[in-house]
Amino acid sequence: MDYFLTEEQQMIVDVARQITDELIIPQRAELDEKEEFPHEILGAIAQADLFGLYVPEKYGGYGGGCFEIVLALEQFGRGCVGVATSYAASALGIYPVLLSGSEEMKDKYLPEIVSGTKRAAFALTEANAGSDASGIQTTAVLDGDEWVLNGTKQWITNGGEAQIYTVVAITDKSKGARGASMFVVEDTDPGFSYGPKEKKLGIRASATRELVFKDCRIPKDRLVGRKGMGFIMVMKTLDLSRPGIAALGVGLGQAALDEAVVYAKQRVQFGRPIISFQAVQHMLADMAIEVEASRALVYNAAKHIAAHPESMSKASSMCKVFATDMAMKVATDAVQVLAGYGYMREYPVEKMMRDAKILQIYEGTNQIQRNVIGQELNKEYTRNS
Amino acid sequence: MKIVVCIKQVPDAKDVRLDPKTNTLAREGVASIMNPYDRHALEAGVCLKEQYGGTVTVLTMGPPQAEEVLRDAVACGADEAILVSDRAFAGADTWATTYTLAKAIEKLDGYDLVLCGKQAIDGDTAQVGPGLAQRLNIPYITYARKINECTREVIRLERMTDDGYDEVEMDLPALLTVVKEINEPRIPSLKGKMKAKKLQITTYTAADLKADPNCLGLKGSPTQVARVFSPEMRGDRSMITGTVAEQVEQLFEKLEDCLS
Repeated sequence: MDYFLTEEQQMIVDVARQITDELIIPQRAELDEKEEFPHEILGAIAQADLFGLYVPEKYGGYGGGCFEIVLALEQFGRGCVGVATSYAASALGIYPVLLSGSEEMKDKYLPEIVSGTKRAAFALTEANAGSDASGIQTTAVLDGDEWVLNGTKQWITNGGEAQIYTVVAITDKSKGARGASMFVVEDTDPGFSYGPKEKKLGIRASATRELVFKDCRIPKDRLVGRKGMGFIMVMKTLDLSRPGIAALGVGLGQAALDEAVVYAKQRVQFGRPIISFQAVQHMLADMAIEVEASRALVYNAAKHIAAHPESMSKASSMCKVFATDMAMKVATDAVQVLAGYGYMREYPVEKMMRDAKILQIYEGTNQIQRNVIGQELNKEYTRNS
Repeated sequence: MKIVVCIKQVPDAKDVRLDPKTNTLAREGVASIMNPYDRHALEAGVCLKEQYGGTVTVLTMGPPQAEEVLRDAVACGADEAILVSDRAFAGADTWATTYTLAKAIEKLDGYDLVLCGKQAIDGDTAQVGPGLAQRLNIPYITYARKINECTREVIRLERMTDDGYDEVEMDLPALLTVVKEINEPRIPSLKGKMKAKKLQITTYTAADLKADPNCLGLKGSPTQVARVFSPEMRGDRSMITGTVAEQVEQLFEKLEDCLS
């Protein structure tokens, strides 16, 4: 369908598509098999100016927002969600600086992100703090002119591959949700180290590691925004980034649909291509409907978020749930259409099915998203009654 | 450093067919692309600019629609673009082409290095690079596969040969033709595409070049095409179809038949 993109938006799509078709798709199977981080592809993405899509022009970026990164992520997701996640996680990692950092902090870090010389990562999750972020145990204590961090972050995307980490730590346990703060930790800071790389079901081109802080000392000015605002920043950051995850779902769903249709046209059983059988046609039709409906919702949610930053949550959660549940279903159906061949690693759909699962889990599980939507509905209807 | 890259718009090799009646290329409806070797020359120029500073000017001779490859080149890092276009240039062989390109390059505000692809995928002559150097009266090296060092005075590089490579050195200004091994051309950048869209392209006509009309286009082309034909197919051939697995199975059966 035509979404009436502007000429510049279409350019973003074209650049991202070319990277996807010429670099990501030819390498994805090998990166997945070897669980190899896509350094070269991220370098090409940086050279093509796509790391600066969401960064204001005064820091060297393109000056776009949620919708522009959604357009790029849809394309990358069509190629490989593992590669796309490595790109997206850098945006997630730098969003707290973009949203709440001081001018000095933005001047220091944003140009490095735009040029691709450095990548970022977002460190919230811990062993006992996933959906319930209040379980965070990592602490930060002010000692003279330095913050001292102690604790362990778990399953951090881009862990060990990023140079700039935004880390949530408790600065005042007695204040509950108001007791968390956000910090920037650099890879070279003393007392900061990584755990081994995790072995995953999917998105195996992306790197996931523990971050270990042992009396990790950082300068006082690495506090992002104000003390005690950590959770609010986390919520805003995730509200802004979730449409990107939804866009990965749209891209993956489209790729799975494309593979299924192409295969169904060429696979002959009972003397006919299987696309001529209604059972297969109806599956493909449902897949196409769901991909397109997801795309429409994600695009509009991203535009809504860009225009109404004060009311991001519901739109953000709705598009994330819908598009990622779609991606899981469509990828599973694509494997079904390709059947035995689909189950084999020789064809790309089994990887899509493995990769799709994480989309329903990370950046807030789809169950948590439904909680958010439910709570927002409750608020809206209380206001309106 | 002032770098000039000569590029050519060619039909996409994926789509090219020969018209069986006329034995000429059926160009209608065939997409045009930048000659792939020229893309490597452009990348070499942009890399030199990034490393040593300077400007990259791309130049193409062709009909008005050849402007597309110039915009493509600017999206990939070129600074300026010049279209050498005039009805008088039509039908040029490599002799007339090098004359015209040389006139255009001489009109520029000086140059240190001219880069060309080793050949174009439509004509396949590989004559334009060396011929152009001759016209400009500058030294040249063909089949460059790696540039080791380049100053405004001298360039040191590796020239690919059939069984290895030569290390060669040449004084500038000079001309190089490059092979695809020299680099991996970049994908156009967003900023490059935005710049390319807005770019004002300079056009040089025959009058601008103060060229001798007898040296241009068909009139200035001594090459005579005596006959164009498709070589006859040797032996029988058949197409194997099906999935990759099925094709491989059929191929093995056929090979076994041949051997038995």
